[in-house]
Amino acid sequence: MDIFLQQLINGLVLGSVYALVALGYTMVYGILELINFAHGEITMMGAMVALAVIGALAVAAPGLPGVLILGAGLAVAIPACMTLGLLIERVAYRPLRHAPRLAPLITAIGVSIILQNIAMLIWGKQYIPFPAILPEDRHTIYGASITDVQIAILLLATSIMLMLILVVQKTRLGRAMRATAQSRQVASLMGVDVNRVIASTFVIGSALAAVAGVMVSVYYGLAHYYMGFLLGLKAFSAAVLGGIGNLGGAMLGGLLLGLIESLGAGYIGDLTGGFLGSHYQDVFAFFVLIAVLVFRPQGLLGARVVERA
Amino acid sequence: MMSALYCLAFGKAGRGGLCGINPAFRLIAEKSEMTGHRLAWVMVATALVAGCGDKPQQNGDKQGVLIGQASPLTGPQAHLGKDNENGARLALDEINAAGLTLGGKKIVLELKSEDDAADPKTATTVAQKLVDEGVAGVIGHLNSGATIPASKIYSDNGIPQISPSATAVAYTASGFKTAYRVMTNDAQQGSVLGQYAVTKLGAKKIAIIDDRTAYGQGLADEVEKAAKAAGGEVVAREYTSDRSTDFMAILTSIKGKAPDLVFFGGMDPQAAPMIKQLKQLGMQAKFLGGDGAQTPKFIELAGADGEGALASNPGLPLDAMPGGSAFKAKFEAKYGKIQNYSPYAYDAMHVLVEAMKRADSSDPAKYLAELPKTDYQGVTGRIRFDAKGDITGGAVTLYQVKNGKWQTLETVQSGK
Repeated sequence: MDIFLQQLINGLVLGSVYALVALGYTMVYGILELINFAHGEITMMGAMVALAVIGALAVAAPGLPGVLILGAGLAVAIPACMTLGLLIERVAYRPLRHAPRLAPLITAIGVSIILQNIAMLIWGKQYIPFPAILPEDRHTIYGASITDVQIAILLLATSIMLMLILVVQKTRLGRAMRATAQSRQVASLMGVDVNRVIASTFVIGSALAAVAGVMVSVYYGLAHYYMGFLLGLKAFSAAVLGGIGNLGGAMLGGLLLGLIESLGAGYIGDLTGGFLGSHYQDVFAFFVLIAVLVFRPQGLLGARVVERA
Repeated sequence: MMSALYCLAFGKAGRGGLCGINPAFRLIAEKSEMTGHRLAWVMVATALVAGCGDKPQQNGDKQGVLIGQASPLTGPQAHLGKDNENGARLALDEINAAGLTLGGKKIVLELKSEDDAADPKTATTVAQKLVDEGVAGVIGHLNSGATIPASKIYSDNGIPQISPSATAVAYTASGFKTAYRVMTNDAQQGSVLGQYAVTKLGAKKIAIIDDRTAYGQGLADEVEKAAKAAGGEVVAREYTSDRSTDFMAILTSIKGKAPDLVFFGGMDPQAAPMIKQLKQLGMQAKFLGGDGAQTPKFIELAGADGEGALASNPGLPLDAMPGGSAFKAKFEAKYGKIQNYSPYAYDAMHVLVEAMKRADSSDPAKYLAELPKTDYQGVTGRIRFDAKGDITGGAVTLYQVKNGKWQTLETVQSGK
């Protein structure tokens, strides 16, 4: 039972990260019907920038408490990713706003490759270790072990998701976003500055991605230029699982995917009698994606895409 | 490139000089009637230029000879790949500085270093590329998973290949006359590890994880055999991939079986996060790795969690090697810290050139016969090959991380 609980905890932590990144995908798709393939790379950039700052601070001021250094890293990474998201939207996607759907898709892939290579040129191709500045305390609940870092990730992810729901449901910007997601033309007729709303969507998504990237690099203790690729693909699968365009769906899909991966990899050996092993862990995300597209393409909670009246 | 294609089509070997251009010339001349003169001459010019490629030139009385080097120069194992390249290059520069004469001609060696990204598919492309460029021998590859598919290509083309670090048994088991290695293979490493785990470390329940590469899987299988033979019980056998960094699920599942020791067959970019996650889960099991984990990078990535980790490495510890400290001084002055296999790459290059000297020729067809007769006193020890291409009389050393550094525990000599 304690092993099941442990797998559950692992899955939830992993799932929170997926959920944060999936939100970025889902918000952009909801408004623009564009799969922003570069989003995984923005996550990676956030991690790398934060790591650069944290690494420098850890060396320059070793006396500072770890949480403060981490905060400084986040404080630099979030605006950096926001700017990056804004730049990408302006340069790569806005000119293609009225182009056939394939063009921005291919552009997104191109931007993703560009970002990967920029990161490779700046930081090299190696794994970059995360400095050991955070407390490594462990707590035991019913036999399962949970570290401070895991608790922090769960709490932070949950609070960010709640804040996002608040923004989308209670603020004017949120209302504008929901209106633009329903119908771009009518929203603009109602006085919504569509360009600003789209830019804000990218900015918010990128900020979430930055936080997710830092979480991932803290959790695994390393970062490298290619980490965004698989993470992005899995987060996208999570968004589709929950219902693309649907914020609640992205959160649910992310958590669910994390749990599926964790429990699946842990138990598949026993379930299949050793035929399939735990190295199929990464396959689960894509298997889920295929299953969702075949059996329930609108996702678990139903997709919310722009109406084409 | 086109000339190379036509050469293959007409069955001629594409090495040295303007061979094979004639058929290409003919075909292009024929085509010119259809496509127009100017285009045809452009094609001829391109074919001539493409056909020249990187083949070594003869200038004056000095002839260039290419020696290939293949290892992962990009990706998580780039630090190990670069280390191999540097070791080979150090040897090459020394040989050139001392002057090399073969068959009456002064020879200048050139290193052609290629990146195989530790990927079996890229390795075969790289191998073919090196063969096409006319290398006289290859030091490579680094990973067993890359070396094994590449060895077929070298064998088909008769290019001798010495790997400084591929330890999988399958590499020399295929019976290729061109496949050699200067490091003890996994049959010995695995058996030493398995025995050590049960007898010296007192582990009764052992969990084994491997990364599903030829190296990791092969080593893990050997360790499992040896541990069982020594009386231990293998409670779990889990797998991951060689790109993964998340092992929480497998480690959690292993935690449920309460092992005394976890063995990981794989390389350091994964061994490090694995031991971190092991500690995160509160597991008390000891962590044991193979030569892939026994690097400074492992300690750097694992940080404080790496303390107490054990690993083996074929061969003697650097300080105990006959030429170890001298090599260390030379290498570190030029290239910085030694990662793992550079002394072996260094020796491999010397062994290759020594065979060339004995045959008095850099032609692979001629000096291949000299390789089995190698008896070379290298930095890593005395190098002699057995019938399969493995070295005889190898040793395996066990290390443990103490105070942030790898400390030597003991060396197990092989009787062979």
